[in-house]
Parts: sequence; structure tokens; C-alpha cells
Amino acid sequence: MNELSGELAYAPTHEWARLDDDGRVVVGISDYAQEQLGDVVYIELPELDQDVSAAEESAVVESVKAASDIYAPVSGTVVALNDALADAPELVNEDPYGRGWFFAIEPSDPSQLEDLLDASAYSEHCESAAQDDADGEDA
Amino acid sequence: MALRRTPLHALHRSAGAVMIDFAGWSMPLRYGSQIEEHHAVRADAGMFDVSHMTIIDMLDAHAGNGHAQALLRQLIANDVARLDAPGKALYGTLLNERGGIVDDVIAFRLPDRFRMVANAATRERVLSWCARWAADFTVAVEERPDLAMVAIQGPAAVKRFVAATGHSGAAALKRFQALTAGTWMIARTGYTGEDGLEVLAPYDDAAALWQRLAEGGVRPIGFGARDTLRLEAGLNLYGHDMDETTSPLESNLGWTVAWAPKERAFIGRDALEAQRGAKPAAQLTGLALTQRGVMRRGMRVATAAGDGVITSGVFAPSLGCSVALARVPRDAAGEAQVTVRGEPKPARLLRPPFWRDGARTFE
Repeated sequence: MNELSGELAYAPTHEWARLDDDGRVVVGISDYAQEQLGDVVYIELPELDQDVSAAEESAVVESVKAASDIYAPVSGTVVALNDALADAPELVNEDPYGRGWFFAIEPSDPSQLEDLLDASAYSEHCESAAQDDADGEDA
Repeated sequence: MALRRTPLHALHRSAGAVMIDFAGWSMPLRYGSQIEEHHAVRADAGMFDVSHMTIIDMLDAHAGNGHAQALLRQLIANDVARLDAPGKALYGTLLNERGGIVDDVIAFRLPDRFRMVANAATRERVLSWCARWAADFTVAVEERPDLAMVAIQGPAAVKRFVAATGHSGAAALKRFQALTAGTWMIARTGYTGEDGLEVLAPYDDAAALWQRLAEGGVRPIGFGARDTLRLEAGLNLYGHDMDETTSPLESNLGWTVAWAPKERAFIGRDALEAQRGAKPAAQLTGLALTQRGVMRRGMRVATAAGDGVITSGVFAPSLGCSVALARVPRDAAGEAQVTVRGEPKPARLLRPPFWRDGARTFE
């Protein structure tokens, strides 16, 4: 099974969210998501100061396999971007919960974090997705 | 339906490969990072399990009657009569009567037979096509499902293969030459734009070959990197860049059609001659995106000569940008625009390959 971090909240669409002490919510994609995508080659981040809404497209990850929309896990304003991803998109594969973060949001309604999944619920969610995949394979 | 497995299936699994359904076969997509696999082939050597390929032998039913050659001269638009000695091979297409491509193959002249390596996705179509035309000859057409196939590719591929197996004769082969060594056939062919070999060997020999190569520093490479390597090298993929509705002239494969001698009546010749006289309406050519983004199959290409469509597109690791093959109007050249996720992005029309002899072909 893929690596999970117990301190994070997860969206069913495979983004993670971490509430920092300063009240910002840092956003990235899960280890499961990066493994499914394969090597990441480009990332389109939102603009600084852009307003984003929970479950709305706010970034794009282009991997060797496909382009995928990234949804904001909570609503708010984008207050920080991980500029390192422009030259090193592989950080998303190598360190999805650390140096591979995407952007940070100043949340307009921090209680939206409670609508997300905890690590164990997200893990179950991924296992059922993997099971659906395996039904088409010969595992 | 259960997927077919190659004799290397268990080794792929134990190496942690992500497996995919490729034309009904369970094949490795990647073992780790697909981009690292790509670079390993360009820098040193990698090996690919291509045992899914369809291998067909053709033998004169009465030894020496020449019917196997005669059948292939009818089936393939390139001319196997040009293979003037055993151990020579050529690339060509099988055409239907309308000049559309039934498959692309490598045909080998071996001491006692001809051998054709065709695609996996086209297996049934090609086997029935060969059987249909073989009825006019006394020739034995035999599929060889008992053979596995391993491609070893990269600048160090031949050296590492010889060191791992002791088959020193491989080093003396020229491009598109093959030797037979017992039950093995070793050919200097490939699908990556690098030097290398393709080895056909009995199923029971495949795992030991794979493991010896791995011990000799040859890295396993999945189908993901196989696709980016072949596309950088400007090599078509059947079913994507060409099919039964497109001719070699519309598929950047005019060079594979042997027009002489005029009296050789290969299947599709009349249709192809007509298309050649009238000039085909479409061409298959290359595209490089000049911005960030990745071109994918099916995206629209706008040119000054009219619209076209991407037939294969990838992020090209050796080039650092996205490249594609596209079918566009015959006169299209220069600048183009590709609609990537709803947004028009600038691209350049370029003649493939994008990568040749260890270097990019454009700035």
C-alpha cells in the first residue's frame, strides 16, 4: 500500500490538505495519486491571490500518462505557490507530502477540512479504486 | 478474458512492474520512473520484453521452390527479393487492395525460411490475411508462439549482450542483419532509435537470458518508455499513426515501397500507383510544441494548409518538450497550432525523426 500521512486530510479526488499553525491550508496530491499518474512533467498552478472553491479545478498536473485536474480541498484565497515545481516537477513523485506541495490557501471556512477523509478512510477509498482496476487485470 | 502472459511475466511482477493490458497481453508499463527508463536506454542499455509480437515463419512446401519468397513479394510493399543473402532483413508494410496498411513488419531471410515479425494487436488479421494469400502457393505458414522476444537497446546494448551471453557474432551484425545460433535468432533491429538487438529465443530460454542481461547491467524497460523512445525516433505505431484506412504514402513510409520492378504485383499496388499519381491529400509528419504542455493523440492541429490531427503525442524526455506525429494536409509546413485542453498552443511542423544518432535533430 502507498504511503500515507496521518496528519493530513484527503479529498476523494486524491489531494491532501494540511492545516498549518498559521491557519493556512497547504495542498498537494497523495502518494497514491502520483503513483497512478507516473512521472509528472508539468504543473500549472493557480495565480497568487486567486480565489478558489472547494472541489473546484484549481491546478493541472500533466504526467507521462495524462493531464489531470487538481481540485481545491477547501475554499479560500491562494497565498503561496511552490515555485520549485516549474523546474523540478519530479518533486511530486519523489516527495508528494513534502517538497512536492502545490500551493497554500488562506481558507474562508476552515470547517470544510472536516468534510475531507482521514488517512484510514482515504486508504479504504484507494483500495476500492485499486480493486476496480484489478478487476480488469489478471492479478 | 484472461490476459496472455509472456515467459517473463513472473520476473516483471517480482520487479514491481505496473502491468497493463496491451493487445490482450499482460505487459509491463514501467518498473519505476518511466523517464529514468527512457534515459537509461539513450545513455547505456535497456531491455524490453516484446514476446507479445506475432512471429510468422514461411517455408517452401517443396524445399527450394521459392514460394515463400513469392508469397512475401506479393504480401509486402517492400521487396524481399532485395534480401540477397540469408541473414538480411527489411522493414515493410502489408497492404490491402485499397493500399491501406494491414500491418507493418520486419521480414527476415533465414537459411531455410523467411520470418516475419508482426504486431500483437493485428495478430488474427495478419494470420488470416497470410493464410488467404498463401492458398495460391505451396508454402507453409507457421506462427511461432513458442518463441519469446527480447529487445536490448542502447549505445552499450550489443557490448552488454555479448558479455552476458557469449554470442560474439552479434557484434559483427550490421543494421537489419540477423544470425541464427541454434534455436535463437539475433537481429540488429529495434524500435528506439538506438543501436541494439532483438533476440528471438524459445520460451524456456527467456528468463535465463533476461536475468543474465540484468546481471550484466541491462535495465528492464517498460512500454511507457518504449513509446517515448520510438516517437522521438520518428517510428510509427500501428493502429495509431497508420491503419487500414491510410496508405504508406500518407504515413511517412513511401521509402518502404519498392516500385521496381514494375511487374511485381504486390497487393495494393494499383491503388498506391493511383494515389501516387494524384498526390495523396494527407501526410504524416512531426510536431514539436514550443510551449509547456503535452500533445496527445486526437488533438486538433491547425495549419495554413488546413486542419489535421495528432496520431501519437508524448512528453519527450530527451528533448524536454512535447513531440507528436500528426496527419495533416499534404502542403502543411512551418508553424501550426495544437489545441491542448481547449487552448491553442504554438507548434512547429518538423520532419521526423526528432532524435537520431544520439542527438536531437532540431533546435
